[in-house]
Amino acid sequence: MQGFGVAILTQVIWAQLLLLGWARASELTFELPDNAKQCFYEDIIVGTKCTLEFQVVTGGHYDVDCRLDDPDGNVLYKEMKKQYDSFTFTASKNGSYKFCFSNEFSTFTHKTVYFDFQVGEDPPLFPNENRVSALTQMESACVSIHEALKSVIDYQTRFRLREAQGRSRAEDLNTRVAFWSIGEAIILLVVSIGQVVLLRSFFSDKKTTTTRVGS
Amino acid sequence: GKMPSPKLLLTFPLLTVMCSLCSALYFHIGETEKKCFIEEIPDETMVIGNYRTQLYDKQREEYLPATPGLGMFVEVKDPDDKVILSRQYGSEGRFTFTSHTPGEHQICLHSNSSKFALFAGGMLRVHLDIQVGEHATDYAEIAAKDKLTELQLRVRQLIEQVEQIQKEQNYQRYREERFRQTSESTNQRVLWWSIIQTLILVAIGFWQMRHLKSFFEAKKLV
Repeated sequence: MQGFGVAILTQVIWAQLLLLGWARASELTFELPDNAKQCFYEDIIVGTKCTLEFQVVTGGHYDVDCRLDDPDGNVLYKEMKKQYDSFTFTASKNGSYKFCFSNEFSTFTHKTVYFDFQVGEDPPLFPNENRVSALTQMESACVSIHEALKSVIDYQTRFRLREAQGRSRAEDLNTRVAFWSIGEAIILLVVSIGQVVLLRSFFSDKKTTTTRVGS
Repeated sequence: GKMPSPKLLLTFPLLTVMCSLCSALYFHIGETEKKCFIEEIPDETMVIGNYRTQLYDKQREEYLPATPGLGMFVEVKDPDDKVILSRQYGSEGRFTFTSHTPGEHQICLHSNSSKFALFAGGMLRVHLDIQVGEHATDYAEIAAKDKLTELQLRVRQLIEQVEQIQKEQNYQRYREERFRQTSESTNQRVLWWSIIQTLILVAIGFWQMRHLKSFFEAKKLV
């Protein structure tokens, strides 16, 4: 009886997911240590249009390897050392799709990677309603403004990431300039004093220098 | 057609709630592993995180809901590295926080398992969903509470979106200022260090020549 109830519930869940074209937009920013690989999985229903977008925010040469596999293990997308990319595909089978980010080519820089995995369309504002009439003009206007604002927020996110990237490079440059300058000043002093000391050592302890210098 | 049973009708809103993680993104985490996610957000932004864990059962060779005793420890740090949320939740949990300073917040998760044998060499599967700002608002709840019509709710959604855009732009201004300060500092440093190094070079040159000249004169070589 229990098993039967669970079976019915599972069927209902899948049916509703199909009806609603259940949508998810997962965007995460995580740190990928050197020589590490991080994989994420998502269960997708056949026919759903999905988009994977990623960008490397900080670290090294700002590049990462990315790979997207379908449930059978076939590679749908594979790129090495990419800074930013966007990939759209339509799910051809039900199951668990896997995408991985790899920093295995890097020996000591860890990277911060941002990704946005959009599955299907956004859920409607009123999931419980039955649409008996078409949208009024006001409502359509609201819908188009909503879509426009969504793309504004999208652009803002991309801009924020590029700004973070630029700022990280600028801060790196700043510290490098400081260390390099101090290092060079020290080297300069050490080398010049060393030269004088070395030169002096050629001429000291030898009273008869004029004859010895030649040999 | 036939009227669906009331029980089935009831499952729909229930599923809307329960199924919030049914098809969320998931990843695997080791027993002592700590996974951190970064959220760069403006101030006064609400963040809601939902997670659900599953443990690999070797006998049935599949992932089953984790034992009730196994929980996740959630720690949230603000941009100044101050801990603003540090709590343990069960195998399924929901955490919320609102940022008070703009910047990079770090959300870290690790399992609270102290018995290393619990995972039996397998991994813990964690379903995670983090919603920020406008995405975190529950419109169904607002519609019910304020009794809004459809049009009013849509306009409300637009207002929330525009507020989020405003906050983000304000934060952008603050970040651009920091960027400009860093660039100006680099500029200053390059300028001053070039001048100082040239002066050091010239001074060292003079000192070397004078020192060696007096040294050779003392040695009666010159």
